Amino acid sequence: MKRIGLPFASDKRKVPKLPTTSIALNNRFDRRSFVLGAAQGGVGLLLATRLGYLAVAENAKYRAASESNRVNLTLIPPRRGWVIDRTGAPLAANRADFRVDIIPDRLVDRDRTLKTLQELLALPDDKVRDISDKLDKARGFQPVEVAASMDWDHFAAVSVRLPDLPGVIPQRGFSRDYPTGAAVGHLVGYVGPASAEDYERERNPLLITPGFKIGKDGLEKQFEARLRGIPGARRVEATASGRVVRDLGTREDVPGQPIQLTINGALQDYAARRIGLESGSVVVMDCATGDVLAMASMPSFDPNSFADGIGRIEWKMLSEDDHVPLRNKVLRGLYPPGSTVKPMVALSFLEGGLDPKESVNCAGGLRVGNRVFHCWNHHGHGSTDMLKGIYQSCDVYFYHFAQRMGMDGIAAMARRLGLGQEFPLPVAGQSYGTVPDPAWKKRKYHQDWAIYDTVNATIGQGYVQVNPLQQAVMASRLASGNILMPRLLLDRHAPAPKPLGIAQDHLDLIHAAMNEVVNGRGTAGKARLPIPGVQMAGKTGTAQVVGLNVGNGKGGQWKHRDHGHFICFAPFDKPRYACAVAIEHGGGSGSAYPVARDVMTFLFDQAKAMEVLEGYEKQWGGNVTQRMAAKYASYEAQFGATAPKPADDAQLAETVAADNTPATEPTAAVTDAAPPAPEPVAAPPPTPDPSPTPAPPAAASAPVAATVPQVH
Amino acid sequence: MQRAYIPAAIAAQPWKLILPLFALVLFGATVLYSAAGGSLRPWAGMHVARFIIFLVMAMLIARAPKDWFRRVALPGYAGLCVLLVLVELLGAIGGGSRRWLDLGFMTLQPSELMKPGIVLVLAWFYDLLPPGESQGWRAIVPAGVMLGIPAALVMLQPDLGTALAISFGAVVMMFLAGLPLRLFIGAGAAGAVIAPIAFFTLLHDYQRKRVLVFMDPESDPLGSGYHITQSKIAIGSGGFFGKGFGNGSQSHLDYLPESHTDFVFATMAEEWGMVGGLFVLLVFGLILRWGLQVSRRAPDRFSMLLAAGMTTTIFFYVCINLMMVMGLAPVVGIPLPFMSHGGSSMMTNMICIGTIMAVDRWGKQGGGSLL
Repeated sequence: MKRIGLPFASDKRKVPKLPTTSIALNNRFDRRSFVLGAAQGGVGLLLATRLGYLAVAENAKYRAASESNRVNLTLIPPRRGWVIDRTGAPLAANRADFRVDIIPDRLVDRDRTLKTLQELLALPDDKVRDISDKLDKARGFQPVEVAASMDWDHFAAVSVRLPDLPGVIPQRGFSRDYPTGAAVGHLVGYVGPASAEDYERERNPLLITPGFKIGKDGLEKQFEARLRGIPGARRVEATASGRVVRDLGTREDVPGQPIQLTINGALQDYAARRIGLESGSVVVMDCATGDVLAMASMPSFDPNSFADGIGRIEWKMLSEDDHVPLRNKVLRGLYPPGSTVKPMVALSFLEGGLDPKESVNCAGGLRVGNRVFHCWNHHGHGSTDMLKGIYQSCDVYFYHFAQRMGMDGIAAMARRLGLGQEFPLPVAGQSYGTVPDPAWKKRKYHQDWAIYDTVNATIGQGYVQVNPLQQAVMASRLASGNILMPRLLLDRHAPAPKPLGIAQDHLDLIHAAMNEVVNGRGTAGKARLPIPGVQMAGKTGTAQVVGLNVGNGKGGQWKHRDHGHFICFAPFDKPRYACAVAIEHGGGSGSAYPVARDVMTFLFDQAKAMEVLEGYEKQWGGNVTQRMAAKYASYEAQFGATAPKPADDAQLAETVAADNTPATEPTAAVTDAAPPAPEPVAAPPPTPDPSPTPAPPAAASAPVAATVPQVH
Repeated sequence: MQRAYIPAAIAAQPWKLILPLFALVLFGATVLYSAAGGSLRPWAGMHVARFIIFLVMAMLIARAPKDWFRRVALPGYAGLCVLLVLVELLGAIGGGSRRWLDLGFMTLQPSELMKPGIVLVLAWFYDLLPPGESQGWRAIVPAGVMLGIPAALVMLQPDLGTALAISFGAVVMMFLAGLPLRLFIGAGAAGAVIAPIAFFTLLHDYQRKRVLVFMDPESDPLGSGYHITQSKIAIGSGGFFGKGFGNGSQSHLDYLPESHTDFVFATMAEEWGMVGGLFVLLVFGLILRWGLQVSRRAPDRFSMLLAAGMTTTIFFYVCINLMMVMGLAPVVGIPLPFMSHGGSSMMTNMICIGTIMAVDRWGKQGGGSLL
């Protein structure tokens, strides 16, 4: 075109306009309008192709996207499987309730919404602050609970205001209910909303459904898959703004499977209550099957209140308590067992061939090398044979014969009876402690075993560390002579336990000695069962926490008091139940055996046991629930406005984990004589004992030479 | 033509245009009827009524003599420029951006009228320009100024879509007027350089965001990418035969924004499928082909340029709107002619149609198709 047009323009600039130029322009218009038309056609083709690509090639993808727009699937959280005890009574159940949640993403005006909700639901200020904290932390899609277990009036009040409250979701649902509250806190665990990490891991939309809770601890967590169930679903057609146009159908949820425990719920509750103001644990086992009948660790937390997420006052209360309510002391508390190991040690002597009649003269102490190891009774026990060594808990007897029999035999017996062992239980973890022997010490400290190590170990001090469950297992195996394994899940068809392979006359002797402890000339006369015809056999233990230069183990600072232990079984001649009690800083075994006595009494005569407990609870200021409520009220009054933000899920888990970390073993080898803690003791101050039974032999004065504090 | 059997007044009407137009408008009304949930109100009835009114207007325009168009070109253009300035001033006083003037009985959007206005004034200008001057600066600079003033004013509003439409119309006019091809190649090259610079300096934040989101709609699924995403879902889920009349969930459940105006094509495609889409494309093809044919057989340069320019203006609407709803162009607020609900665009497009009809009439009066 230019070739034609330009020459005219340049050559004939001065020439008057010729029609040829106009014709040239018209030609050019023709060509160019043709180009334009072709371009338009090309665009048309492009659009048609694009249309075909979208509507035909990509049809499936967009059809799915359109369906997912149109159909709004609301998951209905499944009802969680129950946790029931051996009698079928619920330890964890579900309660129908009305609840209100907030989806942070959908909130428009947070402050106004919260203010409206506060007015409608009459929420206290600290609760609103808790909700606000959770909204800060929650990812946008994670529902935050505003209120659960609401009554109909409040629920209806929120429901009618919904159009003004975007992001607020009221619904009918089920919440977890633990009828015995704190008593099963550590055992059953608790449930809570799934954390962001849970969701990342599973990518299951159920996890971010308002009202859905997953197991966070204990059995609730271990059996999550079984307890969870299958969610129901409600399909609705909804507009972009969320208005429901019509219902497309509802699928019912499938409730989770229940789990039945070996636990006896009433006993568990009783044991938890009986621990009272102390920090301790009680384990009761069935001597025929190994079933764990009770496994209480107190103080505890109320899993009912954990289910809604933990409030700031509650958090302050739990985190400031030196009785570590977040630690499961049954599995995670490690203590030197003290004299409770003596029946086990004596059994190893018998198995090693020691004549039980052989005796040693106890003059209040024994020189080993260049040190004197004292007996708890500085006046001495005189001539002491095995029987007396156990029921009088004579340290010198064990010092003397342990040297002859050797540590390896003792350690082997300890492991045979369950000490230092980890059991196959559905729990998050167990701190299994230490049963020391020469090989262990070489490995651990690169030092040779010394004779004083044996001497310390025979009285359950030094390197020896056990948890209360192991002590209960030891008691049950001593009682039954069978390899009992503790079990939490009820299995009525479990194979009968195998025998330990220990001669019955040896066991009989030990049983007789342990019976003597309680029912004869022993150290725990007040532990006698008030049940005619049922005699309990037991063994006391007191484990020192600090050296005598810091405290005498009895009074003074709570943290410096001795731990109290008691293991027992009953009836002594035909063992049915074995029990172990550990009271942290109870001031000695005197704090432990009254608990064991009452718990055992409960197994034989509930009414009698309850009567005793109610007497105590009057002095303690009510039962566990009442005391926790009173404490909460006082905290609320004191710190209501100033309590720090509560832990979120991750922090809570971290704190629980920190509280449950196994106690560290001594970093340096113990090189000195461990002083035996006095045994027995007078009734300790925190647990007044109204028992009418005659007082046991008077407490001895404290031992003198002791410098090494024990790690507990 | 069966002139012998049909009254002349009726036979003289450009049925090749009117029939497709009616088809498109009625189809549009059907879609609007469904979009309103099976109701003539508020859109479908109004849509047809407006079309009838504007068709009458178009026929009146079609009866205007060529001289009238020539006379009105420059004053009309100047008047529209004044109105654009007025909008700007009132907007500055009233605060915020303004695109329309409230005349009391109707709101007038001068930028809309400027689309045919620029075509008319450039047709007039290039007709006036001696053919010998068509290769020099005299052909370019005045036209550039005539384009620059309204385009700049509209950009200030800010209304990128309309500014682009005005510019596109003007540039196509220059192309058809026979300006040297190297100008367009050069401008294209310059544009390739300037566009990125303009993108970062001239565009407003929201416009820039629209362009960015257009590149990757999924990056902002709830913001401005939402429109494109939902529109693609609507079109894509329709499949070949569509979901059926009244069954479009995207539009009925409000997932598709602007389902009765800018995204009416998506609303249609969801229910009528690819078949409906091809039908719309075909009808637009007929209308545009008719427009170009009219321009090619127009009696003189003014008429040729006028008809082709008006056709181009309609084409630009169709092209940008369809590319936008199918995710080939960023979201600019340009409706689909004859289908989208809305008075302003209907008026503009019918002015274009009326003008082409007028050119058609001149061609027939002047002894039929000479060229």
